[in-house]
Amino acid sequence: MSLRIVVPVKFVPDATGERRFGDDLTVDREDVDGLLSELDEYAVEQALQIAGEADDAVVTVVTVGPEDARDALRKALSMGADKAVHVEDDDVHGSDVIATSLVLAKAVEKTGFDVVVCGMASTDGTMGVLPALLAERLGVPQVTLLSEVSVSGGVVSGRRDGDAATERLEASLPAVVSVTDQSGEARYPSFKGIMAAKKKPVESLDLDDLGIGADEVGLGGSWTLVESAAERPARTAGTVVKDEGEGGRQLAEFLAGQKFI
Amino acid sequence: MADVVVYVDHVDGAVRKPTLELLTLARRLGEPVAVALGAGAAGTARVLGEHGAVRVLVSEAAEFGEFLVVPKVEALQAAVEAVSPVAVLVASSAEAKEVAARLALRIGSGVLTDAVDVEAGAEGPVATQSAFAASFTTKSRVSRGVPVITVKPNSAPVEPSPAAGAVEELSVSFSEGARGTKVVSRTPRESSGRPELTEAAIVVSGGRGVNGAENFAVIEALADSLGAAVGASRAAVDAGWYPHTNQVGQTGKSVSPQLYIASGISGAIQHRAGMQTSKTIVAVNKDAEAPIFDLVDYGVVGDLFDVVPQLTEEIKTRKG
Ligand SMILES: Cc1cc2nc3c(=O)[nH]c(=O)nc-3n(C[C@H](O)[C@H](O)[C@H](O)COP(=O)(O)OP(=O)(O)OC[C@H]3O[C@@H](n4cnc5c(N)ncnc54)[C@H](O)[C@@H]3O)c2cc1C
Ligand SMILES: Nc1ncnc2c1ncn2[C@@H]1O[C@H](COP(=O)(O)O)[C@@H](O)[C@H]1O
Repeated sequence: MSLRIVVPVKFVPDATGERRFGDDLTVDREDVDGLLSELDEYAVEQALQIAGEADDAVVTVVTVGPEDARDALRKALSMGADKAVHVEDDDVHGSDVIATSLVLAKAVEKTGFDVVVCGMASTDGTMGVLPALLAERLGVPQVTLLSEVSVSGGVVSGRRDGDAATERLEASLPAVVSVTDQSGEARYPSFKGIMAAKKKPVESLDLDDLGIGADEVGLGGSWTLVESAAERPARTAGTVVKDEGEGGRQLAEFLAGQKFI
Repeated sequence: MADVVVYVDHVDGAVRKPTLELLTLARRLGEPVAVALGAGAAGTARVLGEHGAVRVLVSEAAEFGEFLVVPKVEALQAAVEAVSPVAVLVASSAEAKEVAARLALRIGSGVLTDAVDVEAGAEGPVATQSAFAASFTTKSRVSRGVPVITVKPNSAPVEPSPAAGAVEELSVSFSEGARGTKVVSRTPRESSGRPELTEAAIVVSGGRGVNGAENFAVIEALADSLGAAVGASRAAVDAGWYPHTNQVGQTGKSVSPQLYIASGISGAIQHRAGMQTSKTIVAVNKDAEAPIFDLVDYGVVGDLFDVVPQLTEEIKTRKG
């Protein structure tokens, strides 16, 4: 049987644009240009490499997000993924990470998986906990934040560079993996890949298809609540001097004035 | 009085500073009950007691070191069931965030990550967070269950507050699932002798402008003159000039020191995401148009190889 690899990818607002919150204090995903989270490109890359090492493998990319999130799936398909699943339902809007993990877990289960490869964090929420939650919900080992990963003989192994130590990890499949941006450059879609992606299947699912009630997700089904969001006041313009030979000493003077020296 | 569970971050019994900051925050919400796990856990009690921990629940089971994340989740779950706290506070590190999230799901509670402040509110603790590379500040709370909140380093002062710090054994029986991910080997990071990046009061960072691994000596010399930690941009890390553990930014460490000095760093959004909440920001860059200058309290337009050594010398002279 072929190795079933599932890659959850997120459609996120472009970090180089003006990101903001909507009136309901959820991330504005409508008026800001979005794209496949750059950190999920690393997950797609590692999934494709794992598939390449296997005798036979199918890589499915899954996203939970609005209509435009399809762009993220297209990009992943053009990189080389085989098929895509798009979970789209108005009731999902406003879901926090625990609610999102429910939807993704059901979608991954429905797709069928041996290994799930996530990114290390989304570039908008930046929580970096969804892969752990997915493992919890699916009841399989979590092998996360890997800078190196390989799958062979039904075992996933990898290197995790933690705060205090570097660890070598190992778990039996099925498992949930996440990979960092240290895992290796992601490939660019080739022209051929982009053309091929147009013909690849994208399955659409809603909450009914996944057997999830509207009250389990969205703003109402989330277990956290954003009470307010305020733009940080711009930093007051500081002093910028040109170095005319005394720049280092001027800087020292400033630091001394601030009691750092 | 209500209890607040504080998950202790320690290395062989040496409590890390962010945990002491958590105790300060926990005392705003109730009486801190610390949970220390793994080798050396019992050794944390004295310091925790000095900073307000009324009780310290300890388990030194081998599983915490042998398997990833889940044994810690199960121990914290046992602690929550034993204590019935009003909140669980965890210091934000990559691993601790994973532990916190899984714990929250298990106990049917919401989770908030990377808070920079936590205050008591009418409907439970309110967490302040930064969003979109710190261009927004949000206030959130948990609307279901026992709030689980992870807090970034440098979010609160360390305050002595003597309490009993009574050690109690925490008994945990691990499920089969706790043994799912084996830690086959662990290589502790060698200490640079400098302060920990996320905990340091001053961070001195270098970027692509440093132009070579050997040139990082210039950045290190400045750091040492100030007793600071050394940071690096991703460009410098990707070039192999400095270790990834020192990277500041979205995919590196997030720092919030009293003083951040950026040299040869342009100030890309992903770098700003990791340092924008620093109290005072200083930059040296030869390009007057570099976006980093939008953030600075003081900036010098100039060659870092002229400015930084002169600054280091002047600091040494002034410090005598
Ligand atoms: C998903 C994603 C995640 C990322 N995560 C991070 C992250 O965590 N951290 C991070 O830092 N970046 C991150 N980046 C990369 C980020 O976008 C920038 O590419 C990076 O921060 C640039 O590093 P830099 O400022 O050192 O280099 P550059 O942008 O090349 O800037 C170098 C600067 O040095 C100046 N300079 C050159 N020589 C001298 C000299 N002799 N004296 C003084 N100044 C000099 C130049 O004027 C220039 O402004 C990420 C990118 C992506 C897409
Ligand atoms: N809405 C989503 N749809 C699909 N995958 C997601 C979604 N949100 C998060 N992920 C995955 O989970 C990882 C970590 O996300 P987070 O915990 O939100 O920072 C991402 O890199 C993705 O692989």
